[in-house]
Amino acid sequence: MKSLKALKHSLANPKGAFEVLESPIFDRSVSFADYLDSSGLFPLKPTQLEIFQINLGKMCNQVCKHCHVDAGPDRKEIMTRATMAECLRVIRSESSIHTMDLTGGAPEMNPDFRWLVEEIRSSRQDVKIIVRCNLTIILANPRFHDLPDFFKTNRVEVVSSLPYFTASRTDSQRGDGVFEKSIDALLRLNQVGYGMEGSDLVLNLVYNPAGAFLPGDQSELELEFKKKLLDRYGIHFNSLFTITNIPISRFLEYLVRSENYEGYMEKLINAYNPSAAAGVMCRNTLSIGWDGYLYDCDFNQMLEMKVEKGASQHIAEWNTESLLNRSIQINNHCFGCTAGAGSSCGGATA
Amino acid sequence: MKTYYNPEDLKKFGNITELQKAMGDKFFDYYAEVFKEGALTAREKSLIALAVAHAIQCPYCIDAYSVDTLEKGCDEEQMMEAVHVAAAIRGGASLVHGTQMMNKIKELSM
Repeated sequence: MKSLKALKHSLANPKGAFEVLESPIFDRSVSFADYLDSSGLFPLKPTQLEIFQINLGKMCNQVCKHCHVDAGPDRKEIMTRATMAECLRVIRSESSIHTMDLTGGAPEMNPDFRWLVEEIRSSRQDVKIIVRCNLTIILANPRFHDLPDFFKTNRVEVVSSLPYFTASRTDSQRGDGVFEKSIDALLRLNQVGYGMEGSDLVLNLVYNPAGAFLPGDQSELELEFKKKLLDRYGIHFNSLFTITNIPISRFLEYLVRSENYEGYMEKLINAYNPSAAAGVMCRNTLSIGWDGYLYDCDFNQMLEMKVEKGASQHIAEWNTESLLNRSIQINNHCFGCTAGAGSSCGGATA
Repeated sequence: MKTYYNPEDLKKFGNITELQKAMGDKFFDYYAEVFKEGALTAREKSLIALAVAHAIQCPYCIDAYSVDTLEKGCDEEQMMEAVHVAAAIRGGASLVHGTQMMNKIKELSM
C-alpha cells in the first residue's frame, strides 16, 4: 500500500482536504468556529505550554489505513539533528514544559532518534519523555530489538496503538500480521518491566475505532482490553487511551470513499461537548514538524496550518510570549477532538 | 424508490413527542434510565438490545445497536453471537410448540 502522497491523491494536499471539510453536511453549512463561539471559547487561546510534541518524520514501517500523517516506507521526510538541536535549546529554557512527546511516522526510524532521547534525558531529568511506538518497529530489524532496553534506560514512557484485542480488527486497520507482531512486542516490553505491577515503567495503549464510529467509554474499554490481553496473551499494560479518528488524510479518504463522510461528521457535530472543547490538547501543547515549523497540534501540522502569523512559526525563531498570545488555528476537523468525552493524544479529555 | 423504512427516519425518533409530549418524554426518560450502567454494564445492555433488535426485526434498532455495540468495543464475533441468541430463542419458540403438535397427534391417534 502506498501513501496518498505517492498516489498523488487530492486528499494528500491540504487544499483538497479543506474543500471536503468546509463543504455542507447534509445540506447544512457548519463551522467549528461558531460552536466554539457558542461556548465562549472563540478565538481559542492557549492556557500554557506544557507539552512539546515533536514529529520526527513521516517515515514508517507500516501503512495504516487511518493514519493522519499519511506515513509509510515511501515517505522520506525526517527531522535533522540540527532541527532537533533547536528543539533541545527550547526545552532547556522552558521550564513549564513537563512532557516531551516524540511521534512520527515511526520516530525510532529517524537515525538521530536515540541521540535526541539521550540529550533530552541528560538536559532535563524532570521531564516526561513519551515515545509513540507502533510496536512492530521493535521486530522490524535486529537494530531495533534492543528498543525496550533503550526505553527503560532513558525512563521513556511508551504509548502504542493497538486498535483492538483481536487480529482481524487490528490487521484491517494496521496491515496484515501487525496484531501478531504487536503482541510479541508487547511481551518484550513486559519482559523488561513495562506495564508491570510495581514497576515505574509506563506502557499505555491507544484504542481508536476501526471504522466510521466513535470510541466508547475509556474506562470500560480499558477493563475489557486488560482482561482480554491478560487472559489470552499474558500481557500487562497501564492505561488505555481512547482516541477519536480525526477526519483528515487517510481516514478522510476512507470516509469519502466509503460514503461515510457526512454521517461521521454529523455524529461528531451532534456530539460536540463544550467541556471537551475547553480541554482540547492544543491549549497546552505545541507541535513541531519534521522541518522545524510550529503547529497547534499534529493534525494541523498534517494540514500545513502553521501557528498564527505574528507568533514564531519556526523553532529557530522561538518566542514564548508570541506563542502564548496566539490564537489557535481551527477548521472543521477539530470537531474530532470535541465529540463526546473528547479526544487528545492522551485519550479522553472530558 | 419509496419504502416503508427510511434510514433517515431514525434521526427523527425524538420527534414522536410532537404529537404526545407527556408520554413521549416519559418514554425517553425511561429509555435513558434503562440503558444506564446498572447491575448490567452499558456494554451488556447494548448487546441485549442488539439481540432483541434482531428478534423483533426492527431495521432502525439493528442500525442503532450495531453502531452502539461497535462503539462500546464489542467485536464482530460477540455481536454475531448475540444475534444467534435471538435466533435460538426465536427458533426454540417455534420448535417448543412441536410438543403441542405431538400432544395433538397422540390425542388423535390410535
